[in-house]
Amino acid sequence: MALAPARPAVLVTGTASDSHTWNLVLLQLFLEELGHPVSNLGACVTHELLVDGCRRHRPEVVVIGSVNGHGYRDGLAAVTLLRAEPDLAGMRVVVGGKLGVDGVRSLQDRGRLLAAGCDAVFDDGSLTALREFLAALPARVVTA
Amino acid sequence: MTAPAPSLGRYVAAAAAAGGLVVQPRMGFGDPRHMRAGLVGTRDAAAVTVGTVTIDSYTRVGDPAGARRALAEGGALNGYPIVSHPAAVTRSLLRGVHGPGFPVQVRHGSSHPEAIIRALTAVGLDATEGGPVSYCLPYGRTPLRASVDAWARGCELLAELAPPPRVPHLETFGGCLLGQLCPPGLLVAVSLLEALFFVEHGIREVSLSYAQQTSPEQDREAVAALRRLAAEFLPPDVHRHIVLYTYMGVFPSSAAGADLLLRASARLAVRSGAQRLIVKTPAEAHRIPTVAENVRALESAAAAAEAEVRSPADRLEPDSEVYAQARTFVEAVLELGTGTGTGIGEALRSAFARGYLDVPYCLHPDNAGRSRSFIDDRGRLRWSRTGAMPVAPDLAPAGTTADLTSSQLLAALHTMARRFDLAAEAAAPTGTAGSARAAHRTRSGAPTRPTAPPRPTPSPRPIAPTRPTTRTSGPGAGSPAGVRPPLPGVFTPSRTTDDGSRDA
Repeated sequence: MALAPARPAVLVTGTASDSHTWNLVLLQLFLEELGHPVSNLGACVTHELLVDGCRRHRPEVVVIGSVNGHGYRDGLAAVTLLRAEPDLAGMRVVVGGKLGVDGVRSLQDRGRLLAAGCDAVFDDGSLTALREFLAALPARVVTA
Repeated sequence: MTAPAPSLGRYVAAAAAAGGLVVQPRMGFGDPRHMRAGLVGTRDAAAVTVGTVTIDSYTRVGDPAGARRALAEGGALNGYPIVSHPAAVTRSLLRGVHGPGFPVQVRHGSSHPEAIIRALTAVGLDATEGGPVSYCLPYGRTPLRASVDAWARGCELLAELAPPPRVPHLETFGGCLLGQLCPPGLLVAVSLLEALFFVEHGIREVSLSYAQQTSPEQDREAVAALRRLAAEFLPPDVHRHIVLYTYMGVFPSSAAGADLLLRASARLAVRSGAQRLIVKTPAEAHRIPTVAENVRALESAAAAAEAEVRSPADRLEPDSEVYAQARTFVEAVLELGTGTGTGIGEALRSAFARGYLDVPYCLHPDNAGRSRSFIDDRGRLRWSRTGAMPVAPDLAPAGTTADLTSSQLLAALHTMARRFDLAAEAAAPTGTAGSARAAHRTRSGAPTRPTAPPRPTPSPRPIAPTRPTTRTSGPGAGSPAGVRPPLPGVFTPSRTTDDGSRDA
């Protein structure tokens, strides 16, 4: 019997109006290579599917990726929704990608996301920052 | 009331007869005045153009209320919400612009196109695009069966709501699946099968799409294969043309590199015999492009096409690898429908259920997900895994496994961006801004190519394995969309589609 640190389970998801998937495919591979167990909900994830997916997979971290320009708006709706579910309260929720239509980061929209209960916003699209965020999370020790 | 416009297909055929390539943007804005300005800019560009109204992504996913809310709150939409704006508003934005000399196509990306088709036919438009597979699998989670049913109704609605003398036109999006990294044999087959599906449901004028990939030689084979299969499988009286899409994957991050890629696609269109080109703007990787940026891209592409000498030899492709593979897919699908009394739609659904068609890297639940692709050392897209598909896999590059790591995948996604950024750098060692202007200059100046066409970089192992966690610079490490290049992140591989923001 060995003790192995387990990286937190991650749920990768697109937003309700975003049909892009390359970002989600890459996120999954990237996170798996870091040792995280990953479930991927794919594109155009409705609110119902998102909540359902969180209950089914019980992730420790939800990574919401968006590149279609509606990310601030759709991300805010998703975070607000998840934070209204008491049984999902322990999950970390982060949003990242290209979140606005004009290619400019919005401090105001970022602030709204954080105020709504988002744990981190990667609106510079940085995977390095995501990796650092995840590395700072406490690893669980599980029996292998 | 203006006279009815000639059909999109006839307009393109007339331009082709006169030796011209039709160019078209992928433009959409939420605000009607802005949308009108975009159409006027497209019409008045120094090029033979078709106008585009790209629909926003709330409308695309069947949430017009979401589009209305965004408009009411003053938020910017990534396209024109044709279902939410009253028909009178859309009619007035088209008035005096859409007409006999300027067809307008509605582009949307919806797996449930009925409401969009009702809205576009109600304002006098007849042309749109999509398909039961290509607007379903890569872009969402609508079950394929539901998309097939919705698209059958959509075709029939379009035929019914645009009765003669109007000519409804449908373009397949099947040649653009995924945007990048899908081997051309599958693209050509799906494009052809979607055209057959449209015809089965009452459409008599189609265009068949194919998106530029990573090898000019393979792309010419693909367009020739698509033309030949269309001649072999479509009824002879169905009017058709081929539409090429400028590369839809990760675009070069430099303006000069992006312009070189755009111009390479225009030359490919001419040399392969495509009659219409859907352009991409350098800005698209970063944000929704402006009208002026769209016009510049149209004019740059038109100038490159005009400068390209059409050689008859280029049109004569022998039986190619792409043709053979596409034909194998088409026959396997049609065979599933033989004797069943059901149509192409059911055959397509069954083909995906059995994994005969299997789109690589596609997350949709109805896609088998067992196929994988790679780019070989000549720049050609090939299969490393084919799952249950009726074609054999090619060998994966030496030293790699069939499944790419995240950094290998990222490098593959960046193949064209890297190639054309390097080509632009080589052409203008002192800075790229000047070379973008130089490339553009040929519109009014001498019709010569600013640089030699970039070629695939020969390499024994084109997709170099690297440690994903340590890369912070160099190829494959930058943001895949070319967004804010100094940042190492890859959270956001690309806007690779056509969804208002995107294109796909």
